[in-house]
Amino acid sequence: MFEKVWAAHVIEDEGDAPAVLGVDLHLVHEVTSPQAFAALAARGLRVRRPDRTVATMDHSVPTARRERGGGGPAVLATIDDAGRHQLDTLARNCATHGIALHGVDGERQGIVHVIGPELGLTQPGMTIVCGDSHTSTHGAFGALAFGIGTSEVAHVLATQALLQRRPRTLRITVDGALPAGVTAKDVILAIIARIGVGGATGCVIEYAGAAIRALDMEARMTVCNMSIEAGARAGMIAPDDTTFAYLAGRPHAPAGAAWDRALAAWRALPTDADARFDREVTLAAAALAPMVTFGTHPGMGAAIDAPVPDPAGVADADERAALTRALAYMRVEPGRPLVGHPVDVVFVGSCTNGRLSDLRAAASVLRGRRVAAGVRALVVPGSLAVARAAEAEGLDEVFRAAGAEWRSPGCSMCIAMNGDQLAPGQLAVSTSNRNFEGRQGAGGRTVLASPLTAAAAAVTGRVTDPRTLEVAP
Amino acid sequence: MTAPQFTRVTSHAALLVADDVDTDQIIPARFLKVTDRAGLGPALFADFRASYGAAWPLARPDAAGAQILIVGRNFGCGSSREHAPWALVAAGFRAVIARSFADIFRGNAVKNGLVPVALGDADHAALVAAVTAERATAVTVDLAAEQVGFAGRAAGFTVERFARRCLLDGVDELGYLQARLPAIAAWERAREGAP
Ligand code: SF4
Repeated sequence: MFEKVWAAHVIEDEGDAPAVLGVDLHLVHEVTSPQAFAALAARGLRVRRPDRTVATMDHSVPTARRERGGGGPAVLATIDDAGRHQLDTLARNCATHGIALHGVDGERQGIVHVIGPELGLTQPGMTIVCGDSHTSTHGAFGALAFGIGTSEVAHVLATQALLQRRPRTLRITVDGALPAGVTAKDVILAIIARIGVGGATGCVIEYAGAAIRALDMEARMTVCNMSIEAGARAGMIAPDDTTFAYLAGRPHAPAGAAWDRALAAWRALPTDADARFDREVTLAAAALAPMVTFGTHPGMGAAIDAPVPDPAGVADADERAALTRALAYMRVEPGRPLVGHPVDVVFVGSCTNGRLSDLRAAASVLRGRRVAAGVRALVVPGSLAVARAAEAEGLDEVFRAAGAEWRSPGCSMCIAMNGDQLAPGQLAVSTSNRNFEGRQGAGGRTVLASPLTAAAAAVTGRVTDPRTLEVAP
Repeated sequence: MTAPQFTRVTSHAALLVADDVDTDQIIPARFLKVTDRAGLGPALFADFRASYGAAWPLARPDAAGAQILIVGRNFGCGSSREHAPWALVAAGFRAVIARSFADIFRGNAVKNGLVPVALGDADHAALVAAVTAERATAVTVDLAAEQVGFAGRAAGFTVERFARRCLLDGVDELGYLQARLPAIAAWERAREGAP
């Protein structure tokens, strides 16, 4: 599949230069774009294909509840000057260049990797780039989607093309069926724990196998989202009827005769039976359990009921030192499971787990229960559309009744740029994607987990195996 | 804006031999609220530095003024923020020597004239040993020869061909792409079905 998408987008591949790759869709947000627009301005260039460029505001957007929907000035009351300047700069750049912007006052605002699929912008077989490493999310549709730096954002704005070396390929097959209580988030955390945070460097991952096929689109996005956490350039899942059913009727999805033509092309994308990969990894779904991270990168993860590894048992001196340092930072004891570890904050949201199905999963645990005393629980929908859908089925009431904060869409505590952040020393169980030191606020400690596991931690105030809590259907 | 150029640099080196140093450690997100790329030097390693306290390796007087940074495996993993190489360059670094790099960081680095040097394990260990023993060791990163020289030893490395050419000759990547606009437009017409 990767080869097909790659080959269809190579415009030129000559000599010792990298391939010139055509870009179908360029997504833009406020943090990694201002310097790129400035680079265009410095050369007197225009955005070449504003029709293939879509912008949103997500990273710096405050998520204090907007009482009258839609956002607007009330929302921005809490933003600092630098954040406001960044949002204003994006709005001005989009206006100058005629780029569609889903800003804070729009009905479609949300995290860039949530709204792309939601709007039907993300489609199989496309090349999609964004100045954001989690662009890999869009690979769930069989698109080749990857994060780029700000210099490359300028390249794409100016030319709608990019210089790229052909990556290697890695197929990860997850056979069998997932046990109850084990989700897409647990699958990807298990994969990263297995291959390591640099395990897929230079590669595009294709996820395959019965357990992947059985996932709905939102769960597939969760898996592809964290491909970068294994170092991969991109993650892809072959499109199938699940993909097509999700796309049908979306605002930017093709319609009528164009849909039929697109569908025929999409059906030809899946990997041929005899395709060769540079590397293969296989996991058995039945052996997987809810996962938590215990350290300071996403590869430091284990089954929730398995003991945290002891540095004393690590042969490699550098790895031993890294693990020792990580456990000291996390204040986690080796040799026993993380279950029971006290929790200060629970964060449900982000481009990894901020979609409707994620909120439903969290609500299934929180329904009829209370967030434990002393715990702050934030639920941040990935987009305004997700928020509206959740409210339509009463999930906001479930969260509020449980004592959790139901907030407005944005990246929020995933990256802690907007004021939503941990205090030094606080420990969060978070559905986001990075547990690097200070990621959720300087001195904060992060345990990555699924929405089920995060919600379970919220009600008990401790790291808790969600399979031990009875869940209302 | 002119394309950055690099041929060689000789300097003492700063040692930060940690693996998997992610871009949140290189520059925490709260410093990303800028709309230009100037003045990010003080933000470099802001929280990582604090977490080491007095033992922060880059605070050593003999690391001051180093133009070469020696790190461990998988340097620059995590986010795509180009602010990471911007901050390293702003702090005076011209080359980073590692056992390996994360992909996006590597690409971002070369675009800013910061040379990512990946050394084999034995060479890396020898370099770390030499610099640990004598902090003033002069280290030379020679991009044309693709060699790191230190303490009478030479270690080879490779930089992606095109990136190397861009750095040595000051080729402007955006200009290179712009020169291909006719081909890009033709490809688009074919793909979109010319009206
Ligand atoms: S939710 Fe987090 S990982 Fe996703 S785009 Fe926002 S900041 Fe990046």
